[in-house]
Amino acid sequence: MMKKSRRSFLKVAAVSAIGIGAAPAISLSSSSNSQSTSNAVKSKNHEAKTAKRWGMVINCTKISDEVAENIVEACHKNHNVPDFNHEVNTEKYPNTRPVNHKQEVKWIWEEHFKYAFPDKEDEFLADKYKNLPFLVLCNHCKSAPCVKACPTQATFKREDGIVIMDFHRCIGCRFCMAACPFGSRSFNFRDPRPFIEETNPDFPTRSKGVVEKCNLCAERLAKGEQPYCVEASEGAIVVGDLEDPDSDIRALLNENYTIRRKQTLGTEPSVYYIM
Amino acid sequence: MSKSAIFTGLVIFIIVALFPFWINLGEIKPAPEPELLGKAKAAKKCVLDKIDMRANHMSLLDEWRDSVVRNANRIYTNTEGKEFEMSLSTGDNSCLGCHEDKSKFCDKCHNYASVDPYCWECHTDPKEIK
Repeated sequence: MMKKSRRSFLKVAAVSAIGIGAAPAISLSSSSNSQSTSNAVKSKNHEAKTAKRWGMVINCTKISDEVAENIVEACHKNHNVPDFNHEVNTEKYPNTRPVNHKQEVKWIWEEHFKYAFPDKEDEFLADKYKNLPFLVLCNHCKSAPCVKACPTQATFKREDGIVIMDFHRCIGCRFCMAACPFGSRSFNFRDPRPFIEETNPDFPTRSKGVVEKCNLCAERLAKGEQPYCVEASEGAIVVGDLEDPDSDIRALLNENYTIRRKQTLGTEPSVYYIM
Repeated sequence: MSKSAIFTGLVIFIIVALFPFWINLGEIKPAPEPELLGKAKAAKKCVLDKIDMRANHMSLLDEWRDSVVRNANRIYTNTEGKEFEMSLSTGDNSCLGCHEDKSKFCDKCHNYASVDPYCWECHTDPKEIK
């Protein structure tokens, strides 16, 4: 029988220790290429509209009551926003609690001048402004307070400036609603589905316990289409890239005097109003 | 005397402990297979290999939703270069666009395994709407 010296035993032991230590690293590097998802790519739609910072101009002189109604309806219908005036189908949804209209959900709505622009209220404001419908919605602020308030990053700012919600992450704490100075956010106090007249299959509904708001039609921009409000506005609303000096929206801002809501708060709204 | 008491106790214990086995005796059913219909049946292959889909579809969907919502990337190109819409139910190229019948595909296994994902609290099955 061969007799091993202590020296040769230690040599063999050391080499095997290195081998054992290195094995996982070797197998990891060789198997990473064969993993099935390694070559998969996630990308934008080919026809998607992109911008550095999306913004909106609303020409208030072009918006009549009728146009405003159409815009609100186009937005709310297509985004499955519940309408609590809708009569519930009791066969499909038995045991629906009576409605509390303070719990209304809205993405875009008509507002009086004094509420839309409280810091611009004037003793002798021209009469026409007192009666015009001002459409208000999420301002997609450059420095959005709701984003800062959200503890789960369910509300976040996309690279293209859209302040958007990840409903999967929303825990319904409503800090964002307290933080938003524009009241642009609504909470789902109840399951919205019984109050949706006709569900649009191309957009999800929400569930009880999440906050919702305008998403600047991110799902439409991704398909290269204009937001619903723009389509229904008969040219009164323009959405475009605020950071692109050659864009239509910048041309409009250049030609017209525009105001924004509660500018003094420093949230830098991206929605401009031509008066 | 205590011997018989111990044995009866033991027998009762064994019967009670094996309750789940003898209650289901005689009605052993195999686990349901998700049913592939129409387009899905013709396509033969999903986004990933069948075995991968079976084991990892939940993490794939999780990855997809982050990609769509947070990074605005909506198209998934798999290793074979085929493009898919990263969506549960919108369009022909989404999950339900191919797997036509949610109740025979998703629900069949989920009900059997008693998993209750909250996808459909918000997302809609176009068939259920109509």
